Amino acid sequence: MLYIFCPHCGSRSQNEFAYGGDATVKRPELNKEISDQEWDNFVYLRKSPRGKHLELWHHISGCRQWIKVERDTSTHEIFKTYKADELTE
Amino acid sequence: MQKYSVFSLIKNAFSDHQNWEVAWKDPTPKKEYDVIIIGGGGHGLATAYYLAKEHNITNVAIIEKGWIGGGNVGRNTTIIRSNYMHDDNALFSEFGMDLWRKMSQDLNYNVMFSPRGIINLAHSDAQMNAYSRRGNSMRLNGIDAVLLNREEVQKRIPMADFSDNVRFPIFGGLMQPSAGTARHDAVAWGYARQADSMGVDIIQNCEVTGFDVTNGKIVGVRTSRGDIKAKKVGLCVAGSTNILAEMLNMTLPIETHLLQACVSEPIKPLLDHVVTFGAGHFYCSQSDKGEMVMGGDLDGYNSYSQRGNLPTLQHVLTEGIAMFPFLSKLKMLRTWGGIMDMSMDGSPIIDKTHIDGLYLNCGWCYGGFKATPASGWTFAHTIAQDRVHELNAGYSLNRFNTGDLIDEKGLGTKTWIS
Repeated sequence: MLYIFCPHCGSRSQNEFAYGGDATVKRPELNKEISDQEWDNFVYLRKSPRGKHLELWHHISGCRQWIKVERDTSTHEIFKTYKADELTE
Repeated sequence: MQKYSVFSLIKNAFSDHQNWEVAWKDPTPKKEYDVIIIGGGGHGLATAYYLAKEHNITNVAIIEKGWIGGGNVGRNTTIIRSNYMHDDNALFSEFGMDLWRKMSQDLNYNVMFSPRGIINLAHSDAQMNAYSRRGNSMRLNGIDAVLLNREEVQKRIPMADFSDNVRFPIFGGLMQPSAGTARHDAVAWGYARQADSMGVDIIQNCEVTGFDVTNGKIVGVRTSRGDIKAKKVGLCVAGSTNILAEMLNMTLPIETHLLQACVSEPIKPLLDHVVTFGAGHFYCSQSDKGEMVMGGDLDGYNSYSQRGNLPTLQHVLTEGIAMFPFLSKLKMLRTWGGIMDMSMDGSPIIDKTHIDGLYLNCGWCYGGFKATPASGWTFAHTIAQDRVHELNAGYSLNRFNTGDLIDEKGLGTKTWIS
């Protein structure tokens, strides 16, 4: 069982959360000429690192806020959590 | 190589089975190979075997970080099927079914292929329609498919929940009678033994630490047992694909996720088929030892841990009990996890790359085991001829760029949602 510290609610079990994937992918800017490759990078390509991974989680059975979690993908250690709009280190 | 037969078995019985040849050797890596296959799992071993057998390329090494067959080929639920709707998947898998049927003879190794049939249960009229569509597509591609009604399903699996007032009543199911299971370890060992006998070096406990690329061409790999030169290199490393891709500065449409499986304590023969639950993600078969072999959802977040988490297991088994209520009475014997290379459209990649002489085989998601022979066969062709075979032409790396996705399940890019 993972225990995730929600910046709004405190430490809760993973059962309250839904996973939202890699938080580092950036949607291409609006109103700009976007190449196919840029869309490709955004929609499909993932680093999927072994080790530190910044990812989105949705506290769906809690405060319903999206948060960012910095977690190790091989040990599941959670280093830090952030509000969705908070800048990460 | 010593041939396995009833006669060799009897002969060796007289010497107390002390004089069997080793099934494969433990060679020291040579300085250079024509082809290096990274990953000594089912797909890597099969690739080396078909390189030697179909293309006479025998100066080949398989480099494996751990021991052969210790990854997903030793961790799956042994299901073999070709019940796909899309042509690319259907024709590829059905080609594989043919290789499965001949495998024990071909490898002189009993892989215990058991075509016991797979039944996908349907729990609504809409699902029956979807299955009838899929079944028709399968039959157009020459694959056996039978649509079963409720009574026909009940005759085959009377232990399923056919009582009144259940949340997900069984309306019927789609059956592929020629699907089945095989002894997964034997597949790895059989391919390894034959590849070894044809001159392939199987190098275990040898981790790849980097690649040598000169002028856009692969020239060798760096390993924990020294640098090895190679004209061609094939990656066959399933859940570790992204780790190697990072060394090559490649970013792939792949995420690594953890999938669990489990077996119950052994019970007397009960379940003749492989059965999947249609209202969730759960599948079940009974092994020859009598254990109920079960699996289902991914753990649901990126993971390289090869070890599962309990909430997912509980969720999966809840679905199992909804389908087969008797499961709740059984004790769990073992649970384990493996790391899956989840591609962004749910279909695999077997292709060349932008680096000359570097070939990629990944993205098998939930279905790597059944693809073992067809994957090895087509990957060997792709490496030997330096061009894809028509069977794996659809499994291109650039389909994510061109939009020619093979979205069998229509799941999109949220790979962790099943």
